[in-house]
Amino acid sequence: MSVTDRDDAEVLEGLSSQLAMKTLPRFAAGYSALIAAALTAVIVALTPAQGIAGSLVILFLLYMVVQTGWSFAVEGRRFAVDRLATTLVTTMFMIALAALVWIITSVVIRGLSSFSVDFLTSTMRNVSPLREGGGLLHALVGTLEQVGMAALIAVPISILVAIYLVEYGRGKLSTWVTFFVDVMTGVPSIVAGLFIYTFWVLTFGFERSGFAASLALTILMIPVIVRSTEEMLKIVPNDLREASYALGVPKWKTILRIVIPTAFGGIVTGIMLSIARVAGETAPLLLTTFLSQSMNGNLMAGPQASIPTFVWDQISSGTPASIDRAWAGALVLILVVVIFYGLARLVAKLTAPASE
Amino acid sequence: MSTDLKPLDAPTPRVQGSSVRMGDRVFTNLTRLAGIFVLVLMAAIGAFLVWKAIPAFRDNTGNFFTTQEWFPDASPPFFGIAALAFGTAISSVVAMVIAVPVAIGTALFIGFYASRRIATSLGFIIDVLAAVPSIIYGLWGLQVLMLHMDGITKWLNDYLGFIPLFRNEIGIYTKSIFIASVVLAIMILPTISALSREVFLQVPRSHREASLALGATRWEMIRMAVIPFGRPGVISATMLGLGRALGETIAVALILSAAFEINWHITEPSGNTFAANIALKWNEAGPIGLSALIASGLILFIITLVVNMIARAIIAKHKEFSGANG
Repeated sequence: MSVTDRDDAEVLEGLSSQLAMKTLPRFAAGYSALIAAALTAVIVALTPAQGIAGSLVILFLLYMVVQTGWSFAVEGRRFAVDRLATTLVTTMFMIALAALVWIITSVVIRGLSSFSVDFLTSTMRNVSPLREGGGLLHALVGTLEQVGMAALIAVPISILVAIYLVEYGRGKLSTWVTFFVDVMTGVPSIVAGLFIYTFWVLTFGFERSGFAASLALTILMIPVIVRSTEEMLKIVPNDLREASYALGVPKWKTILRIVIPTAFGGIVTGIMLSIARVAGETAPLLLTTFLSQSMNGNLMAGPQASIPTFVWDQISSGTPASIDRAWAGALVLILVVVIFYGLARLVAKLTAPASE
Repeated sequence: MSTDLKPLDAPTPRVQGSSVRMGDRVFTNLTRLAGIFVLVLMAAIGAFLVWKAIPAFRDNTGNFFTTQEWFPDASPPFFGIAALAFGTAISSVVAMVIAVPVAIGTALFIGFYASRRIATSLGFIIDVLAAVPSIIYGLWGLQVLMLHMDGITKWLNDYLGFIPLFRNEIGIYTKSIFIASVVLAIMILPTISALSREVFLQVPRSHREASLALGATRWEMIRMAVIPFGRPGVISATMLGLGRALGETIAVALILSAAFEINWHITEPSGNTFAANIALKWNEAGPIGLSALIASGLILFIITLVVNMIARAIIAKHKEFSGANG
């Protein structure tokens, strides 16, 4: 990828246009926008008020019409279509970007306005929904415990599955396992919660607890970790394995001592990403452990709070004070996710040279 | 990336007497057991849901598939999934209609329009959307987006109201399927976009360069070289997005007003989905109520399973092409 495709395209377009045909001036897009803006101003002035959003839509449509029409007149149909496509594709990207920016800024601005240190160090015990104050320490503890336990169960299973698929997998069984790991990534999180409830509570008669929530999260983590670990094991060079075999090292020891350590950084990164993924899950937790307003450090007994269900609870209460708490909770949740993503990148960076 | 590296089999030490080393045998079986565990787990999810759904199927006096009401804890129990199935289907379809063009446009922009230096970062930024937890989408949809949707929904009613889908007969525009669909569209956008981008990047460089060399514009290059090559991948990406939209719970549960009716006017407050209904009704349900919710969850599980299997089958079928670019 030394010379970019874009440069190729530009050079070619530039060459052909200089040799053979008329083209629009270089700043055609800017001129079109100016013309469109002027026309929009006229339309908004002459017709009943359109509002800001309406004006923007009119501006955009006019811009497309002006530019495409101009290009059609000067350059011909093919280049007019090309310009239209460029405008549309760019717009689609801008829409996606705008949605992201809108969501993140909403959470940061509204979250910060009701955030305080107290929020991190107190619980909701004896705090009525109508009152301000309270915090999510209990939920933070719950989330860390549940996600930690889920990782503890999911990581060994997933790594073994990945080793099976990459190092041993032959024939029908491995095809089926690969297929169902892929399908498992699409299991809705609420179904994972339903299954754990029927299995753990209805069939075996345990009470709803943080541990049941961990089991549900485990189901969501396994396919993610298997996939990422698989990719990492696949890029370990075969030379390393063969060198080890040549020295008479058994296959299992080669995997544990050579292959896994080589891929270690990538595997840990995948685990961190899966943790970031499930830390925000709400639906399975509502079914398997529900809510709690007080601190419950015991994973095995009684309802336990978590940050996502804390936010759910505050939204459900619906009072101004609790909506503020919901936004602050959302901010903390985003921060938790960001921290795990950051750790993933850090691990990837620190261990990168070792895998080369 | 997807070329399968099959490591050579380890030299099996053929010392007379013992054919395979003890450690190898234990480790092989341990990893195979883990592989089998995944299959057993998927089977168990189906089996337990079926088993615990039986009481609801047995005692239901309504028709499970055509009844719109949901009174599983009444005596006799009377409920059906018609309204849930309708709400799930229409919200997902509207979300797809919004998300697919935006997602494919985004993938094309990052792949072929943005400068190579920033393309990777742009891809990463769009992937951030996938990392935002669904509860935050719900909160944002309820508290922010809903306040700004009146304009467009009123416009749809005023100018496209002759289409039943966009007509609003009660003049209230909040808590509607349409708003839920917009939020769903944003949530599934990164899923569709990321996979499409991956497929577009696998279009052989020679195909693209050949079409440019023949004088094609950038758009003609995309239409003639990229889209035909990437179509199966884009279709399966769309199916995966659909699977995610069908199963999304919390954001939908927060936004919809949870009514048990089939209402084609998607800008009116109404609607309910399988997943949202489970989350909303779970903690007030009696024994048959739980069983009925499990039964509806079973249907959701089967639907998403089928959608995902189709998507994966398409990817698997076209896998041989995907290594074309090395």
